[in-house]
Amino acid sequence: MSLKNNFRKIKGFILLKNGQIYDPFIKVDKNADVLIKDNTIIEIKKNIQAKSNYHIIDCKNNMITNGFVDLHVHFRDPGFEFKETILSGAMSAFYGGYTRVCTMPNTNPIIDNPELIDYVIKQSSKTPIYIHPIGAITKGQKGLELAEVGKMVSAGAVAISDDGIPVSNSQIMRYALEYSKKFNIPVINHAEDLCLVNGGLMHEGKNSLKLGLNGNPGIAEASMVFRDVSITEYVDGRLHVPHISSKESVEIIRMYKSKGVKISAEVTPHHLSLTDDILLDYDTNAKVAPPIRSIEDKESLIAAIIDGTIDCIATDHAPHAIEDKEKNFENASCGMIGLESAFGLVNKTLSESELPLRKIIDLFTINPSKIFNIIPSVIKEGNKAELNIINPQKNWVFSTNNIYSKSFNSPILGQRLKGQVIATINKGYILD
Amino acid sequence: MEAKHLIGLEHLSIEDTAEIIDTGFIFRDILERPIKRIPTLTGKNILNLFFENSTRTKISFELAEKRLSADVTNFSASSSSVKKGESLKDTIQNIHSMKMDCVVMRHPVPGSCYQLTNYVDSVVVNAGDGTHEHPTQALLDMMSIKEKFGKIKGLNVGIVGDILHSRVALSNIFGLLKLGAKVRVCGPPHLIQRNIQELGVSVTYDVDELIEWADVVNVLRIQRERMGVGIIPSVREYRDFFGITRARLKNHKKEIVIMHPGPINRGVEIDSAVADCDQAIILNQVLNGVAVRMSVLYLLLGNNELEK
Repeated sequence: MSLKNNFRKIKGFILLKNGQIYDPFIKVDKNADVLIKDNTIIEIKKNIQAKSNYHIIDCKNNMITNGFVDLHVHFRDPGFEFKETILSGAMSAFYGGYTRVCTMPNTNPIIDNPELIDYVIKQSSKTPIYIHPIGAITKGQKGLELAEVGKMVSAGAVAISDDGIPVSNSQIMRYALEYSKKFNIPVINHAEDLCLVNGGLMHEGKNSLKLGLNGNPGIAEASMVFRDVSITEYVDGRLHVPHISSKESVEIIRMYKSKGVKISAEVTPHHLSLTDDILLDYDTNAKVAPPIRSIEDKESLIAAIIDGTIDCIATDHAPHAIEDKEKNFENASCGMIGLESAFGLVNKTLSESELPLRKIIDLFTINPSKIFNIIPSVIKEGNKAELNIINPQKNWVFSTNNIYSKSFNSPILGQRLKGQVIATINKGYILD
Repeated sequence: MEAKHLIGLEHLSIEDTAEIIDTGFIFRDILERPIKRIPTLTGKNILNLFFENSTRTKISFELAEKRLSADVTNFSASSSSVKKGESLKDTIQNIHSMKMDCVVMRHPVPGSCYQLTNYVDSVVVNAGDGTHEHPTQALLDMMSIKEKFGKIKGLNVGIVGDILHSRVALSNIFGLLKLGAKVRVCGPPHLIQRNIQELGVSVTYDVDELIEWADVVNVLRIQRERMGVGIIPSVREYRDFFGITRARLKNHKKEIVIMHPGPINRGVEIDSAVADCDQAIILNQVLNGVAVRMSVLYLLLGNNELEK
């Protein structure tokens, strides 16, 4: 799939030929053709006769599945539009196969009131995807006073989070986990004990030792995860752990899930697929928070995906301008983009670990949907077409040509990925 | 010499490391001559780019450069301006424009010298990058050890102090292990990386044990800024448990060699009497520092045979 000229409004008929339809929401897994007119699926059956005015997409050996859902992206709008806008972020998502994303509130101003939730949703109506905003837990993400959680939920917020700023005050965290029960939404806390992070710039391990960079240990995350799951259990709240990165955190989540505590967890494609070896040449594009960790952590994350301890993939798509990254390692911003490369990177990693393709797809669709109660339009006759087409075998090299984001901060440019979304269809738009 | 830059000793080959030290001895002889200046680097432009305070290293490099007849330009910026975030890119572009043959850089952030090599054609020499490496210090330390013992291979070298924050320790570890020495580090446990054994060194928290084991002990300066912030409880306590004192040395039969990269905190990590005794080779280190830096610059920049 190449570039922007192939993004268009659907006018008339599109026929998806010979694809394997996989929709875990309605438990469909069958080979059939799909006929779409404008924005609606009008027919699903084998051997639909093509007519001359149909645009045909050959889906042989490809999967037709639900649009992906990303619980964790940064679209920088309002306030940092030079890094990303809601439109550019949406295009980046659409290219990656996503039809629904949840935006973090760390914009300027911070999304901590219903008017700003409304702004994000209104902006998203101009894009080919749906955006479900995440509101701040506390006013101004200052960690002091609860934001208007209820009114934000009424306006369309699906969860609350102070994003990259951990809720360090445990009592505020308790308030958030208790109060949010009224609105049936999860609380997301960036789990890092900042005292233990101690200015760490990368994972603490052999590589940080050799590079002379201050290390951020896995226990900085795990100790905060432990605090959060303990409070969650105590108040019977709902916690979603973002971008889990360390083997110690995995153990805690596994233990508390087995006790039946209402917790869920996401992992990013980079924490799941990369190791801190990628930092051996001080590549600031691989500087993320929490840091990319050791091979043991990576293996533990993969095992946690396979046994269900980790529920889903979320990209933490974090665009930064060139000047934010072309700095020394200490001053460079944290974060990397991830929407365009997510499926190819994750599918490569997990197919090598022999996770079946359908399980991999679930990590992008039904699993995240359930966590935030996001209900997509399933693949059924009469429904709005909200789906993507995946070529799971395709080997491709991730390059700047694949990037729709305004920013290019990815350490995996030039890497070979496996599996590619070859078309996304939603809201009457197609990108192929 | 194979390397194009001197960023650290971790990735420097054994051959290059040995060549720098051996060539250092040739320059050491030159430094003993009445006329200490040689024309080897005539016409070469060297920029000393110091983003962090330095007296000794900077003077040592400047002397080395001048004695090789290079044209020297000094640029110092306070580390606060770096923290404010003058981008590396701007630094790089300025260097490009000034058409420097070589940049000697000290920077508070690890990796900065390496990053520089991605962007400039100039030869880059690391004069200390944060808590990463300080390769010329380790080279001069090894040269001083070799001067004293005639070899490095097989020696037991102890390093005592704040290992965690020390680029001197890290470069010494990489270099000494490369040349066949055994290295043991000693200091307060929370000032030693918890997994430092992975580099191939051993660890002790008992300075007497270190002295008993070692042929040489390299005593690191305890940074004043680590005290009074709850990391080192007090000078007297540090001295009790880790100080290289006269009394402590007297308890050991073997006379070990004492080194210190300077500047010395007399009465803190080392007694005045120890620093000034015959066992200490601290002033040889200073002279060897000039020689080894001449060697580095000559090997990286020189293109004519050295007259012997």
